[in-house]
Amino acid sequence: MSDPSIGQVTEFVAESLARHGRNPDYLLQHLIALQHRFSHVPATAVDLLATELGVTRTQIRAAIDFYAFLHETPRGDFDILFSDNITDRMLGNQRLMRLLCERLGVEPGVPRADGRVTVGPTSCTGMCDQGPALLVNGMAVTRLDAQRVDRIADLVEMGTPLEHWPGAYFVVEDNIRRKGLLLSNAATDAAGLRAMLEKGAEAALAEVERSGLRGRGGAGFTTALKWKFCREAPGGERFVVCNADEGEPGTFKDRVLLTSYADLMFEGMTICAGVIGARRGFLYLRGEYRYLVPHLEAVLARRRAQGLLGESILGHDGFDFDIAIHLGAGAYICGEESALIESLEGKRGVTRKRPPFPVTSGYQGNPTVVNNVETFLAAARVVQWGGYWFRGEGTDKSAGSKILSVSGDVARPGIYEYPFGTPVHRVLADCGATNPQAVQISGAAGATLAPAEFDRIIAFEDLPTAGSFMVFDASRDMLDMVRNFAHFFAHESCGSARS
Amino acid sequence: MKVSLSSRGSFRFDGKEIPFTPGQTIMDAVLAAGEYIPHLCHNPEFAPHGSCRVCVVGVGGRQVSACTAPAAEGMVVDSSSEEIQGTRRAILQMLFVEGNHICPACEKSGACQLQAVAYYTGMLAPHFTHFFPRREVDASHPDFIIDFNRCILCELCVRASRDWDGKRVFGISGRGLASHLVIDSPTGRLGDSSFAATDKAAHVCPVGAILPKHRGYEVPIGERLYDREPISLVGDVAAHEEA
Repeated sequence: MSDPSIGQVTEFVAESLARHGRNPDYLLQHLIALQHRFSHVPATAVDLLATELGVTRTQIRAAIDFYAFLHETPRGDFDILFSDNITDRMLGNQRLMRLLCERLGVEPGVPRADGRVTVGPTSCTGMCDQGPALLVNGMAVTRLDAQRVDRIADLVEMGTPLEHWPGAYFVVEDNIRRKGLLLSNAATDAAGLRAMLEKGAEAALAEVERSGLRGRGGAGFTTALKWKFCREAPGGERFVVCNADEGEPGTFKDRVLLTSYADLMFEGMTICAGVIGARRGFLYLRGEYRYLVPHLEAVLARRRAQGLLGESILGHDGFDFDIAIHLGAGAYICGEESALIESLEGKRGVTRKRPPFPVTSGYQGNPTVVNNVETFLAAARVVQWGGYWFRGEGTDKSAGSKILSVSGDVARPGIYEYPFGTPVHRVLADCGATNPQAVQISGAAGATLAPAEFDRIIAFEDLPTAGSFMVFDASRDMLDMVRNFAHFFAHESCGSARS
Repeated sequence: MKVSLSSRGSFRFDGKEIPFTPGQTIMDAVLAAGEYIPHLCHNPEFAPHGSCRVCVVGVGGRQVSACTAPAAEGMVVDSSSEEIQGTRRAILQMLFVEGNHICPACEKSGACQLQAVAYYTGMLAPHFTHFFPRREVDASHPDFIIDFNRCILCELCVRASRDWDGKRVFGISGRGLASHLVIDSPTGRLGDSSFAATDKAAHVCPVGAILPKHRGYEVPIGERLYDREPISLVGDVAAHEEA
């Protein structure tokens, strides 16, 4: 790609401003659009945005420098990033990346002199059950092998636009292997939302409390308490934020929920809005899942048309709520809720000190509920079918079910939903793990289990997890995993830790 | 919220009783009582930042940063056990090897909080392998110099410029190990920014990263603030205005 002219950049920034407005909170969204269009954020655009949004050039440059998917210099017409989780490595991604680099005559991470292509690694892209995987200009390509890589090299050399690449390359499968409380029924007729409107916000909150639902992002804070704190917090406007930034290596269950259960998730957010009195909500979607945006926007548009979002939801005067999608741009730390809020405000995703917690001081300092995709899904069903329905499964301290992302040395990688309290060996038997020497629970930041610990249970009181479940058979060198995770943390750390 | 006198409380700090008023952090109450907790990114004139972690203390079996943790009635705070001092030393050692801190050759030696806190915690050697990063020195400004080799990313200059001077001269860019201080000017150099010697940001650096020109070594090494008395008695260098 030749350098864009000042006219092209000016025109594009004007379009972006027309679409997102001049609120500095949308800075990151402008930068992502520019990166997508020009394969970098041109200096002209930095100057224009600084003036138009009233922020410093330093703040803009700092954001570009922080997010792995943003660049100040061109990446080339095709920006190819190989997912580099340990599960991708076990499937041979390094050999395939070398192959592609050789075919194209590039060094990893260095744009080719003709501006055609860049090839490099990136952190786990959430395709562990169908890897090795890569992103090309933000679009996910799965199930790579030498033949597919060879063909990709040809397509790049010919300059074939992505829309003319074989559609099969971009197929992302759900791979749902075991359905439980939540996955067994994707259908929604807004019954949970109607139940809340009929019985009232307090009754809905009481059901969530009765259910014992705890946050599915890993930390396990009691959902009803979070909603109650936010509802009772002093302050004006309130916000609902769905954390769809699943970046923990080996987790991909939210990708499936966003693909096939988006309605339920949005319904859960809408119910939360009714309970806490929010008018605006955000879905913070990790940049790796940008390919889902058209689908999610279509679901939102349909829900607006159905009267399930927007003004006077289901005819109830004064119940106004809508949801906007904000994209991330390659930053694991933004899965932490205070860093996510910083990123929502268009800044570097650096953690905030706590207290204050987001329930009293979140988005723009306002009371904010941040919950995981799976939590909102569960909340919608709890309000529909009652707290006891949910509590009937699981353990005393861990009510309901947990959705696991299973990958690694197993015959059937994919999504498994189990009641809390299920032992690790049960999961291993179901997914077809032969001769496992270790299981890594809850991602790089989680726990490594040896066979003697396989009778431990998935539960907050024993093995709390956001859902990542990576299996290593006896042939693996576990130090490869340790090195991979150490590299991951060195790359993804925000540089400070506050709590 | 009404705060009555009866809502005053106290907690135990290394065996001493420390009074506090609701809303105070552990750090606030301890400093107000004339005691000391080591710190680098904290400065009572600015909102707590909680990023350097040097003020780590033990409370109820957990380690928290004293500058952000609210004081609470009856809590028992450990700031002197070997476990806590060991954690602080490890943090300081990492700060030392990440940058280029050559105390014997540094203009700030003897009046540097990083050096003084290292003495306070009994740090004798850096322990970890030095990174020896290549960093710039910016001498473009007529009155001040920035030596990025010594920056510990406490963000005090960032906060002072933004919250006190209303200028936003400084910012932090990058991520993780690549995080670094940047200057808001067309060239990225201090001399082309709106920075002035009278800015609050010019007088808050706890280390030798932001230094005045034309007046080096006015106080001889050996007679400086922390040469005379330990930091636990005299506190922050910013409160003394000594280079």
